[in-house]
Amino acid sequence: MQKFSLSWWKIVTIVLLYYTVIGGFLIPVPRLPILNETIRLNYFHTPMWFSMMFQFTFSVWAAIKFLRLSDLKYDDYAVQSAKVGFFFGIMGLCTGMVWANFTWGTFWTNDPKLNNTAIALLIYAAYFVLRSSISDEVQRGRLSAVYNIFAFAVLIPLIYILPRMAENSLHPGSGNNPTFRLFDLSHNMKLVVYTAIIGFSMLGLWLTSILLRLRRLNHFEDENH
Amino acid sequence: MKIIKLFVWILTFLAPLTLPGQGSSSVQMADTFRQEGKIYVVVLVLVIILTGVILFLIRVDRKIFKLEKRIEKK
Repeated sequence: MQKFSLSWWKIVTIVLLYYTVIGGFLIPVPRLPILNETIRLNYFHTPMWFSMMFQFTFSVWAAIKFLRLSDLKYDDYAVQSAKVGFFFGIMGLCTGMVWANFTWGTFWTNDPKLNNTAIALLIYAAYFVLRSSISDEVQRGRLSAVYNIFAFAVLIPLIYILPRMAENSLHPGSGNNPTFRLFDLSHNMKLVVYTAIIGFSMLGLWLTSILLRLRRLNHFEDENH
Repeated sequence: MKIIKLFVWILTFLAPLTLPGQGSSSVQMADTFRQEGKIYVVVLVLVIILTGVILFLIRVDRKIFKLEKRIEKK
């Protein structure tokens, strides 16, 4: 029997995550008013959204692939990555709320970035509802793939375009606030934030791959019993 | 073992970057907290949690791997 060994990219993921947690707290950060020490949350809050975007992008790619080839494998890709993406989105919202309570004084403000993100996540929640309402596999795949493309097409303007066009917004990357220019202050921050983004995105990939392999095992059981 | 080696290597490689940076001290930061070394408690706790989660992930990964192998044999 072949022996189990971790693939190289999983080892890289582990190393990057350890670097994020250790470096995230020990490496010096710029001293900014209001943010104070919570500037370090950039290492944990931001990667959640990046990870979510990678999963949703992969999901919409798989959905298009499914519509073109009608291979149920791609339907699995689409739904499992959407699940993981949704999970990271919820994590991002929760971490963001805790952070907002510290810096803005309330858990939720009527900020375009916050509201639009919540709407986008609800649209993805409807994707799972839609899926569970259809019992025929092929039809479920087709309908949800079409819906997936719609959801992604709405997600991009909701999260990236509309908040930027807003008159004023508290959230960095919206209104007139800078996003990544914040990190130009500090080389150290860039170091950890990019590590964290890659690390958490790869963790998302790992989770998706585990879910996909479970799906495959389930399919195998269905076929053989 | 391989993981630990790689990790130590990367830490030594990046160690020079962890020197204290400059900045105005008027903004309140957790300076005393750091001086007292309590930050290492925070880091240690998080490292333990991360280790637990990763060990769990690896175990799940291994169990799926074994199932896959068993099914391949059939």
